[in-house]
Amino acid sequence: MIELTVNRKKRRYRGPAFKRLLDVLREDFELTGTKEGCGEGECGACTVILDGEPVNSCLIPVAQAEGSRVLTVESLGASSRLSPLQQSFLDRGAAQCGICTPGMLMTAVAHLRRGGAADPEAVRDALAGNLCRCTGYQHIVAAVVDAAKRERKRRSRAR
Amino acid sequence: MRGDARSMTLLRPRSVEEALRLYAKHPGAVPLAGGTDFMVAWNAGEANGCTILDLSRLAPWKRITETKTGVRIGALVTHREIQLHPGIRKRLPLLVQACATIGGRQIQARGTLAGNLANASPAGDTFAPLAVYEARVRLRSAGASRALPLLSVFTGVKKTALAADELIESIEIDFPRRPARQCFRKVGTRAASAISKTVAAGLLWFSSDGRVREIRFALGSMAPTVRRLASVESLLAGQKPTSRLVEQAVELLESDVSPIDDLRSTRAYRLEVSRNLLRAFLSTSR
Repeated sequence: MIELTVNRKKRRYRGPAFKRLLDVLREDFELTGTKEGCGEGECGACTVILDGEPVNSCLIPVAQAEGSRVLTVESLGASSRLSPLQQSFLDRGAAQCGICTPGMLMTAVAHLRRGGAADPEAVRDALAGNLCRCTGYQHIVAAVVDAAKRERKRRSRAR
Repeated sequence: MRGDARSMTLLRPRSVEEALRLYAKHPGAVPLAGGTDFMVAWNAGEANGCTILDLSRLAPWKRITETKTGVRIGALVTHREIQLHPGIRKRLPLLVQACATIGGRQIQARGTLAGNLANASPAGDTFAPLAVYEARVRLRSAGASRALPLLSVFTGVKKTALAADELIESIEIDFPRRPARQCFRKVGTRAASAISKTVAAGLLWFSSDGRVREIRFALGSMAPTVRRLASVESLLAGQKPTSRLVEQAVELLESDVSPIDDLRSTRAYRLEVSRNLLRAFLSTSR
């Protein structure tokens, strides 16, 4: 049995220890927000946050996530109450087909929570491991920049 | 065909000693660090039925230890952790730059320097900086420990000098004295997802009279393994880098490497780009 914390809840997994974290999330925990794109670690569609770092869940046997904290796209807002970043994506039209969106969101969330810079160059660098085949990069970058600016304002007010 | 989790045998040691014992008992096992290379093949169904030695619980190998004279990077330290380490950022910036070009954030957060070395790809982006920093690679087996100079680790394309029961324990690097010039350049199609066409790293020190005191220049993707440009380096040592000498050095580069045509680039392109990188490094006005 493998124990891990997913979206702040303790979860137990029983099954082959080499099963990919991606498949355990989708099939065993029924968290289907995380998508599989390439299955080669190139496209970032399967990105989740593992102990604070964005990672490709298609490249991680679940055994290696034992005892770790995993955040998936389901940890952001619900459709009735979107997270600020999700709202920015909506406002900026940053999703077309949507397959890359959960991965884009999670990589961007990791960037924002780290207090990452709000300039487009830094955002592009942070998102370099996430591909969008509808080529919506401009809108995605704009959405993350908006969210980063808002986050920075919020942080400076809190200080 | 896809990866079949049920076909895999997973060994999960909790300590270094247990890992070395298990590896001696299962010499065919695949040591798994960050998995960014192995899992790609496994997902494609190319590695079913393997025995895996999962190293992820070996806490002592996750550390970076800094002393006054250098740094020891444990085998499980990721490319991301290297980029964030203050001592490495300050004293070994070429290694930091190389780690920043390896894949996107997701790959950098999982992939390890030691895993990169053990894979021994001719295109390993960190190898050129490690070659000019003259890193040593510490190897451990159940009965022994030894250190190899970086260049002796690679014996060919995807081949290393590691014995069947040896694991990489750490990478040791002495801090160099402050160079007058340094450079890292990766030339590839797209930074985050392309394997390099050529990679260059250089360090240069001058004597007080303006002569080259020492130069170290290494190229990756230009031979089956990373290469230091031995003839170029010895031509320049002790000389003033006049434009004539620089051109001689650039001409000599070809004798130190053996680039090939492959799916990423051509021999001619690789040579041309490498010559340009060397010329730019030697000609930069201070």
